[in-house]
Amino acid sequence: MKIAALGDSAVMVTLGDAPDAATVAAGCALVAALEARPMPGLIECAQANAGVTVFYDPARVSKRGGNTPFDRVCRWIEDRAPAPGQAAPQAGRQVTVPVCYGGEFGLDLEMVGAAHGLTADEVVALHSGAEYFVSAIGFIPGFPYLRGLPESLHTVRRKTPRTRVPAGSVAIGNSQTGIYPFETPGGWNLIGCTPWRLFNAYSSAPSLLQVGDRVHFKPITPEEYGASRSS
Amino acid sequence: MSRINVLRPGMMTTVQDLGRPGWQRFGVTPGGAADACALRLANLLVGNSEGAAALEITGTGPTLRFAEETLVAVAGADFDMSVGGARLPTWRPVRLSAGAELTFGAARNGLRCYLAVAGGLAVPRVLGGRGTHLAAGFGGFDGRALRAGDVLKIGPATAWAKRMIPTLAGADPMVAARWEVGAAVRPRYTAGPVVRVMRGPQWDAFNAAAQARFLGERFTVDARSDRMGLRLTAASAGLLGEPLPEILSEGIAVGTVQVPPDGQPIVLLAERQTVGGYSKIAVVASVDLPLLAQLRPGDTVGFSEVSVAVAQELWITGERLLATVKQGIALHAA
Repeated sequence: MKIAALGDSAVMVTLGDAPDAATVAAGCALVAALEARPMPGLIECAQANAGVTVFYDPARVSKRGGNTPFDRVCRWIEDRAPAPGQAAPQAGRQVTVPVCYGGEFGLDLEMVGAAHGLTADEVVALHSGAEYFVSAIGFIPGFPYLRGLPESLHTVRRKTPRTRVPAGSVAIGNSQTGIYPFETPGGWNLIGCTPWRLFNAYSSAPSLLQVGDRVHFKPITPEEYGASRSS
Repeated sequence: MSRINVLRPGMMTTVQDLGRPGWQRFGVTPGGAADACALRLANLLVGNSEGAAALEITGTGPTLRFAEETLVAVAGADFDMSVGGARLPTWRPVRLSAGAELTFGAARNGLRCYLAVAGGLAVPRVLGGRGTHLAAGFGGFDGRALRAGDVLKIGPATAWAKRMIPTLAGADPMVAARWEVGAAVRPRYTAGPVVRVMRGPQWDAFNAAAQARFLGERFTVDARSDRMGLRLTAASAGLLGEPLPEILSEGIAVGTVQVPPDGQPIVLLAERQTVGGYSKIAVVASVDLPLLAQLRPGDTVGFSEVSVAVAQELWITGERLLATVKQGIALHAA
């Protein structure tokens, strides 16, 4: 675990070199430990990939435990952090997301297949046959970065991003797959679309997924997609 | 409940507060006022809590009609603005009569000012905040910038505001307090600031020449800047040397200076994304963020290095000063 300043009001805690399942689970355990007994002045903890960013107000942190607010926050995090190996990798929640692949739902499915010498059905079988985990949520509200994409589906992003990607689009960007929560510009390759709503700002649990969740995709027909959308 | 009718919306006028922390793990930026210091002072001047919802007015301001007598305050950049042909004084409480029309023109210098009303703007809290998240389209007034015909509701004024209003009695449509928040307390806005920065997490990934040029040269604010970030261009192209590889996306903070492969830095402002994959050369000291929020295209900015300890001391000093101002304002209608 490494702690470094990110300006005067945040620190970045790095838990490993890569966002593998164990590192992400360690991040989840750290956030849980920090939030179980928050320090005065703590604003929030945000986990992404191999790191946790801890935001705080330097004017409100405790006066004890170091010379500067930064020193005191570092010490607090070190004191609270679960010992390495002590944090049993959490299983994460299991979520199975229905996806209607190809056609108008996934304009780039054929192209992704062609890039790897696969048929569209083979791409669907590979994509829906793998288990993924959420390593980060961003860049926009509710967008999950999913690790675990089979190597035979790794596909470079489009040279020119689309100005409009439909809400619910399931897409491949290099070694990751993700889901666009609402209509936005985007450069990933679209292979399908889920009828599920990934983000709802008016809910107390606004994001369908959270870091550490384990995700599977289940192929559905256009009819099932339509029925799920209207229900 | 008192109301404000939006007769003209201005270039971009949004409801903002001090943001909605707590949701970055789900990709939701805290957002809030770009110049939080001006928003806090405007609110204190009308007896609100410092994070009440107010209007962030950008570039060219709106025309607003106040249905009932209202205590208002404007802080931030200096705009042309008038009520009944008379200039509205800033950085102080002003009583507007029922039916008064407040007309904003263009910013004379700077970019953003804040209009606070006693009682705050009564828009619903979304994820704990009342500010507008423009990119995701929620919060504030219907998740968007104001339009002509919108009607904003005002919350109940505090006891302080109710005591202040009678001290500003008169027949004029506008009566201003004779005291103001002094210049020593306001951010020192300029079109060419040198802001203080701390080394960013990838500082060492930049070569010595790039580091020296980052701290030695001036950058020009590009027209593509917005609430998400200030896009800067260097006088010499590709200022920051060899393109750096993208890093694994990680957390970012407001004030982070990130350098995409074209070598032209972007300083992240209030409505920044929550994660980023560009190398972060520096992070601006919190106390200097208001200066950046007021820069407009063509303005220039330079950077000078301070330690984290110094930046934190500056912030703590500023917060102490604000607490003193708060006490002073309270005494004006004790």
